[in-house]
Amino acid sequence: MELICLGHFVLSHNPEVWILGELMLNCSWGGVGGDSIHRIHPALECHSLVVSLSSFLLRFNYRSTHHLTSNGFYEFLNWFDERAWYPLGRIVGGTVYPGLMVTAGLIHYVLNLLHMTVHIRDVCVFLAPIFSGLTAISTFLLTRELWNQGAGLLAACFIAIVPGYISRSVAGSFDNEGIAIFALQFTYYLWVKSVKTGSVFWTIGCCLSYFYMVSAWGGYVFIINLIPLHVFVLLLMQRYSRRVYIAYSTFYIVGLVLSMQIPFVGFQPIRTSEHMAAAGVFALLQAYAFLQYLKDRLTKQEFQTLFFLGVSLAAGVVFLTVIYLTYTGKFSLSLMRYLCPPPRYAKIHIPIIASVSEHQPTTWVSFFFDLHILVCTFPAGLWFCIKNINDERVFVALYAISAVYFAGVMVRLMLTLTPVVCMLSAIAFSSVFEHYLGDDQKKDKEGLGPNIKSIVTMLMLMLLMMFAVHCTWVTSNAYSSPSVVLASYNHDGSRNILDDFREAYYWLRQNTDEHARVMSWWDYGYQIAGMANRTTLVDNNTWNNSHIALVGKAMSSNESAAYQIMQSLDVDYVLIIFGGVIGYSGDDINKFLWMVRIAEGEHPKDIRESDYFTPQGEFRVDKAGSPTLLNCLMYKMSYYRFGEMQLDFRTPPGFDRTRNAEIGNKDIKFKHLEEAFTSEHWLVRIYKVKNEGSSRTSSFLRKARS
Amino acid sequence: MSSSVFSVLSKFVAEYRRSTPAKLKVVDAYLLYILLTGALQFFYCVLVGTFPFNSFLSGFISCVGAFVLGVCLRIQINPQNKSEFLSLSPERAFADFLFAHAILHLVVVNFIG
Repeated sequence: MELICLGHFVLSHNPEVWILGELMLNCSWGGVGGDSIHRIHPALECHSLVVSLSSFLLRFNYRSTHHLTSNGFYEFLNWFDERAWYPLGRIVGGTVYPGLMVTAGLIHYVLNLLHMTVHIRDVCVFLAPIFSGLTAISTFLLTRELWNQGAGLLAACFIAIVPGYISRSVAGSFDNEGIAIFALQFTYYLWVKSVKTGSVFWTIGCCLSYFYMVSAWGGYVFIINLIPLHVFVLLLMQRYSRRVYIAYSTFYIVGLVLSMQIPFVGFQPIRTSEHMAAAGVFALLQAYAFLQYLKDRLTKQEFQTLFFLGVSLAAGVVFLTVIYLTYTGKFSLSLMRYLCPPPRYAKIHIPIIASVSEHQPTTWVSFFFDLHILVCTFPAGLWFCIKNINDERVFVALYAISAVYFAGVMVRLMLTLTPVVCMLSAIAFSSVFEHYLGDDQKKDKEGLGPNIKSIVTMLMLMLLMMFAVHCTWVTSNAYSSPSVVLASYNHDGSRNILDDFREAYYWLRQNTDEHARVMSWWDYGYQIAGMANRTTLVDNNTWNNSHIALVGKAMSSNESAAYQIMQSLDVDYVLIIFGGVIGYSGDDINKFLWMVRIAEGEHPKDIRESDYFTPQGEFRVDKAGSPTLLNCLMYKMSYYRFGEMQLDFRTPPGFDRTRNAEIGNKDIKFKHLEEAFTSEHWLVRIYKVKNEGSSRTSSFLRKARS
Repeated sequence: MSSSVFSVLSKFVAEYRRSTPAKLKVVDAYLLYILLTGALQFFYCVLVGTFPFNSFLSGFISCVGAFVLGVCLRIQINPQNKSEFLSLSPERAFADFLFAHAILHLVVVNFIG
């Protein structure tokens, strides 16, 4: 792919313009084709049924889209889901970003209108690769505005195969980021275009694209802070021009009213602190523009008189307004989730956010794994941009700096860093190639010898080829296996498929009452709702911390206390994940401390994290472990009957492969629970709650339901 | 101080009357009207209360939006700024103005509730 791009790049520097049109066509096809091929890898490797919608969160997205296509648009907007967050229910229409579902639903509708009957599941599975092709095209357009056509081609090629973006847009990954990154790049392209031309037409296009982005992803806050920052920095650099005024003022106002159309966003753009920067810059820009207008028409002295009066008036008004709003409580300083609280703060104060593995700080390994050589060449591109500064390049420099900061805070935000890294690396490579490949009129003393030129070119090409090889390897190995099905390799190299999750969910689906309520940790909520079709207590939406804390408390208490909680919540079944038999490290015992921390946040008198550690401060599951831990519900459910199981003749019975320890409490008996189901490799264990003397409320609810 | 401010303002108004072309004066009158309407809406909201909030917001934003778009139009058709907007003829500026207003009012009508 790089050779094709190189060839195109060389040609593009010829004055023949007719080639350029062909180039664009080729590149867009190459972009779409290239990255689509990479992203269909998982579909090719595994059966389409398995790959569809593997991960936890995606199940919910698919379920909502299915609801949209079966019941229509207005039903979807007003959907109240009473099978999630029992007994509270969830207002789906008001708590979800509808862009993804509406896009999939629209494509499904149009295709069926043209009598190409495609099932909604297939649309969902293949939506992300199609949109990544569109992302490649918009990256090309954006980089072409920033630098030149050659850089644009390189950027499109990079973003087509870079692992950082592929991880969130493989076939089967039906998640907001798949379409959001396209919307992001396209919005930025239209913004750069409107700043360059100063035309209201491009700005309105930018607003419409911004509206699509708001409907698609919560990361739209990044746009609404980066663009005002850009304008502000331009003002500071004394690069104010009327085009900037036209572009930003129109964008802010029309974008504001458009963003408030999404029910989930509501009135946030004028209430929360995350959006205040945009409003502030808007007001500042109006004042600045008006002052510029006056300055053009008055002499210096006259202007000064008016200036002081105006500034003092404005400052007074702003001061009074802020005081009034803070006093009456209308102005809320939200938790600023999107500004990424520093990890240590989050760990103590907001354990839910800190417990998600994707929210951990990024390691250098992740940077290299996801970006390979691009992470090294991207500072060079940034330097080139800053050296030849103009209005658009200020924007991309700010984008790069802020994206690097956010990517350093959370692994999940590597995704927002990836497009800008691709663009700037493309600029770096493009400048290098331009310098070393152009062999026209270089006859002066400074001219480089042809040997040096060819050596440098060959080195660069080798780097690009290694990059392509790395990307292909990463995609096939790391991001192609659906997480529902685990694969392991035996001694002889043959692959062993562990299908425990699906086995358990289908057991639930077929062997339990339709209105049964399942308690599990929130990670599995969407999957239970989607694959087993049962009511859950907490799921991945994590909007209600106290409800999750209650579940955590039930899991961490001893059996009687837990039984009381489960009775009050009307729980019929409890589902846990146990990895001790096969050595799976993502099981509930490993997540247990987070359950304790979250429960402690809401019930500090009943649950104390220190109780679960040994006096020496270790977390142990063997005989030396703390008695609170050895008697809590989670421990008992994980290790029930495990004490009799001997996996290997070398290890004693009850040897936990994940923790590498022989368990302490082998003689487990339950008073209020009974074992309902354990999957083949003991990965998923389901327990039934015995309800002797069921409370009046639960039987009343059951009667009302039937 | 106040006398000098007054003299500056009166000088400014006189110079404005003299040197601004008629087209721009029409746009300025329109802008003044929008400004007054917006201020009126805001004072009504302060007096009577913010319920229903979305209706107030949509009306107020429609005023601010119309004002901003009017200012953009004025900037783009001002012959003094021609060097900055080489590719934008006044007709194109007006067409953009109409297009932007169409989108703005569509959204405002949806938001009024």
